[in-house]
Amino acid sequence: MSAEQQYISLYEECRELIAQHSAGVMNDLRDEAFGDFCRLGLPTRKVERYKYTDLAEVFAPNYGLNLQRLDIPVNPYKSFTCNVPNLSTALYFVVNDQFRQQDLPACAMPDGVVVTSLAKAAAEMPELVAAHYGKLAPTRKDALNALNTMLAQDGLFVYIPRNTIVPRPIQVVNILRADVDLMVNRRVLVVLEEGAQAKLLFCDHAADNRQFLCTQVCEVFVGENAGLELYELEETHVGSRRVANMYVDAAANASVTLDSITLHNGLSRNRTDVSLLGEGAEVRMYGCVVVDKQQRVDNNTLIDHRAAHCQSTELYKYVLDDSAVGAFAGRVLVREGAQKTVSNEVNANLCATRTARMYSQPMLEIYADDVKCSHGSTVGQLNEQALFYMRQRGISEQEARMLLKYAFVGEVLESIKLEPLRDRLRYLTEKRLRGELSACEGCKICR
Amino acid sequence: MLEIKDLHASVNGKEILKGLSLTIRDGEIHALMGQNGAGKSTLSNVIVGNPAYEVTQGVITFNGKNLLEMKPEERSHEGIFLSFQQPVEIPGVSMVNFMRAALNAKRKYLGMEPMPGGEFLKTMREKRATVAMDSKLASRSVNEGFSGGEKKRNEIFQMAMLEPKFSILDETDSGLDVDALRIVAEGFNKLRTKETSALVITHYQRLLDYIKPDIVHVLIDGRIVKTGGPELATDIERRGFDWIRQEAGL
Amino acid sequence: MGESAALENELVREVAAKKYEYGFTTDVETDVIEKGLSEDVVRLISAKKEEPDWLLDFRLKAFRRWQGMSWPSWGHLQLPEIDYQAISYYADPTAKARGKGKAEGEIDPELMKTFDKLGIPLEERMALSGTAVDAVMDSVSVKTTFRERLREKGVIFCSISEAVKNHPDLVRKYLGSVVPIGDNYFAALNSAVFSDGSFVYIPQGVRCPMELSTYFRINARGTGQFERTLIVCDSGGYVSYLEGCTAPMRDENQLHAAVVEIAVMENAEVKYSTVQNWYPGDSEGKGGVLNLVTKRGHLIGAGSRLSWTQVETGSAITWKYPSCILSGDNSQAEFYSVAVTNHFQQADTGTKMIHIGKNTTSTIISKGISAGRSQNSYRGLVKVLPGAEGARNYSSCDSLLLGSHCGAHTFPYLDVQNDTAVVEHEATTSKISEDQLFYCNQRGIGTEDAVGLIVNGYARDVLNKLPMEFAVEAQKLLGVSLEGTVG
Repeated sequence: MSAEQQYISLYEECRELIAQHSAGVMNDLRDEAFGDFCRLGLPTRKVERYKYTDLAEVFAPNYGLNLQRLDIPVNPYKSFTCNVPNLSTALYFVVNDQFRQQDLPACAMPDGVVVTSLAKAAAEMPELVAAHYGKLAPTRKDALNALNTMLAQDGLFVYIPRNTIVPRPIQVVNILRADVDLMVNRRVLVVLEEGAQAKLLFCDHAADNRQFLCTQVCEVFVGENAGLELYELEETHVGSRRVANMYVDAAANASVTLDSITLHNGLSRNRTDVSLLGEGAEVRMYGCVVVDKQQRVDNNTLIDHRAAHCQSTELYKYVLDDSAVGAFAGRVLVREGAQKTVSNEVNANLCATRTARMYSQPMLEIYADDVKCSHGSTVGQLNEQALFYMRQRGISEQEARMLLKYAFVGEVLESIKLEPLRDRLRYLTEKRLRGELSACEGCKICR
Repeated sequence: MLEIKDLHASVNGKEILKGLSLTIRDGEIHALMGQNGAGKSTLSNVIVGNPAYEVTQGVITFNGKNLLEMKPEERSHEGIFLSFQQPVEIPGVSMVNFMRAALNAKRKYLGMEPMPGGEFLKTMREKRATVAMDSKLASRSVNEGFSGGEKKRNEIFQMAMLEPKFSILDETDSGLDVDALRIVAEGFNKLRTKETSALVITHYQRLLDYIKPDIVHVLIDGRIVKTGGPELATDIERRGFDWIRQEAGL
Repeated sequence: MGESAALENELVREVAAKKYEYGFTTDVETDVIEKGLSEDVVRLISAKKEEPDWLLDFRLKAFRRWQGMSWPSWGHLQLPEIDYQAISYYADPTAKARGKGKAEGEIDPELMKTFDKLGIPLEERMALSGTAVDAVMDSVSVKTTFRERLREKGVIFCSISEAVKNHPDLVRKYLGSVVPIGDNYFAALNSAVFSDGSFVYIPQGVRCPMELSTYFRINARGTGQFERTLIVCDSGGYVSYLEGCTAPMRDENQLHAAVVEIAVMENAEVKYSTVQNWYPGDSEGKGGVLNLVTKRGHLIGAGSRLSWTQVETGSAITWKYPSCILSGDNSQAEFYSVAVTNHFQQADTGTKMIHIGKNTTSTIISKGISAGRSQNSYRGLVKVLPGAEGARNYSSCDSLLLGSHCGAHTFPYLDVQNDTAVVEHEATTSKISEDQLFYCNQRGIGTEDAVGLIVNGYARDVLNKLPMEFAVEAQKLLGVSLEGTVG
């Protein structure tokens, strides 16, 4: 049986059950998504954007699903120990794909701001959700979007109304929690209206020593002159598979910062597509990957310059140990008419062992002449001279190596504008590089 | 030689020159002094026809010809040379190739045959000596990797090659140490004849110690507000610009 | 470089106002086999060339592989549908002359005239000194010059058809060894129907005393050219090989699917230079050659060196990735490329550097220039296998855009599986700055000439790698190809 067949059968059998435990707006798109999924099948590695991750293999195992929305007993505050000290956030929890209504932060949000369950939002404010849901993640062309759209029952909805500034960072902790191997289909919708500003921090954790497969489709709308900082931190475990698609639309003069940090995982495939739709829009994308063992991280990005006078910056750094495999494919597309585009893309990688492997594929596709675009990519090792210099000063080789690796990824961490988060990530990264920490603190799963 | 009447010019829609008039006769050297933003570089760019600058009003004639109707390269062929304040780098294009293209374009304009290779090389060598320029420099790409002093020296070398009737030195002294300044200035002086004229744009007296002007102008806010002999430059060096401002009632 | 050398090198640039000047046709009786492709056609080609059975088997095997293959779809190209049954796979402009009882080696004067017109005199006394030429028109090698002089040194330079007859062991050993018959769609097609091309063998320790050159010309209507070139450079040998190409202006697309294989032994060095000026189609994008070529070198021996230099100005479509497999320890590979596209031309070109041996190094310098409505892509793979200790690669890919309707793209693929490797890639995209143009204008150089000057300067790193005569030719071509792009 091909990998996709079990999902086709699942949907055919559980169509009603899935719909029953979700909401109308989400249900409306399911059948079409199902048709698209049947037609597309899971992408093979011959499909350019899936070259570096074999999705058929990822989707082949038989995972359980919680279609009936059984409440999984969990105390998130207890499971979640990787809090960021001194970062005063509005803390929300999503367990698997269920938004925890019962564990809301005590702090108040500005008027009109909504942070809630997507299914609940879809039921209570169907017009608002329908205007955005599925609009950026087309099921027609991408099987993962199709699969997620046909199966996802809930997730997160964030809405920041016009000209509203949310001072406190919104932290959403996604916890994978199950007593059986579990597939989770999570959906996220973020809407910032014109002039709105928000900082979002998504932390992915796994609380149980189970195999997890998590698909996530995230659609982000950033309105005119709005500002969004979105940080994604993955600290799951080696049994976790994450396949995530994120789509960001940035209107004129919007400013978007996306930070993706993978400190611990099994296999992660993150696709991020950013469209700069209006003049003056700006995006900064950063990625930091520190992996070892058999871990795999595949970041696949597209920055689509559709309007003139936009800027994009992209910086991804990988440190690969043991037999880890990293892939980075970053396409920058400058469409005809997108004059005065300024774009710079850099991917730098350190392979620390013989068996680690890195694929790097920066791409520039340019259809406008008055632009300044560049990209660079390197794969190499630590600077031997620097290493020797440090050792001459009495630093042990091991320590010197660690310090150099830390300095290498440090450039990405410096991009984080939330200071306590930056400090915390420095701390976590250093620990990770020292090999002291192969899992989230307080968690014994990967020992 | 050069006659400017009531010149108004703007860049990016902002008016910089506001009714400037200036006459330079054969063999004269004029100095133009003024503070940053007065419009000195605008004037030089307008004279050579930089398309980034828009002339909104006024007339410039050069030996009786209407300069404003000519393309930049035609003005060059007519004998106008600008020593750029910041000479641009052209990667991969060697000085030899560049100079030959320039020289032969001018000869063509004047109805002459291209200069034969051997003669051209000989001329290059001779003129190089004028500014004591290293032969290595001549085989490098245009201004690429040149120091500030080398770039300015290269400008004077090109002036020697093209033998202009009228030269503009646009802050040729900025960023030069005393030795480099002397070499550049001496190079320029060697090239002077009774027929050639120049406009020397500078902030400082320093360059004028080497290149003696006949007439000194002070440019403030897009207009020439004071004109005098060489002693005016010395006054400015001593007293600054404020007294002129006051005198002019600005 | 001294002043006079610089002068010699560059004074020759004279951008004259001319269109594609090689677009004429030669009126010569040509033996053309019926259009269409089948096993029988493959057999017929082999029979016409009086080939041995092993070669027929090679062809048939390739043909069967090809039948089961499909178009490579990954290029950034819009390829027109090719009707393989509408093409003739063999055209011999020399056959009729032979039929009229002319002696072996005697050439139809029309053909002589053609090559004279192309600047490739086939009379040795008139030839460019120091260059031996193999002239190929359509499917057949017309003449190879200076053979005797080369033979004295033990260098074999002849058409591949002759090599099959006279040096079967060498050909059999290396043919298909670098580019296997099923390597890709077009290589398979070529392996089935290839007609002529050049064969070069440099014996141990011999520095080839002159430049070797093949000039390819497509003439007959409705034919495809499928040449095959094989170069074997034995231990310590050296050869510099040049390739030039032109075709008449025709309003239909002409198919050109060549294969070039190079085997480089221990401490040997091969330089392969191409100035590709196939007919690019007219300014409306009509006609032009589809240039779908597989070129690959195998650096077999330790310390071997291979350098590809290409100047691509012609063809409606260019799909070409001259590659190097660096097997020998300490082997060194280089790829230098200038690709110019104008009007509706499309180019998807680059290289593959596969590092297998220890301390292998590769360098990639690519300069793309796009104008008009053309699309110009660099696509390159740098792969470091686990055993390639100390492998080094440096890639630099720059694009220059002239005009706002063209495209310039860079698709590098890096795949590194060794922790001691250092791989660096950088790319920039730019346009000619207004400042540079104005500086040239102020010195009296008109805008069109200034563009030519700046573009040649931009491509200089690559042009400098070409042998002198080719560099001159290439500089002219750059100017002509870009004519009228700046208004």
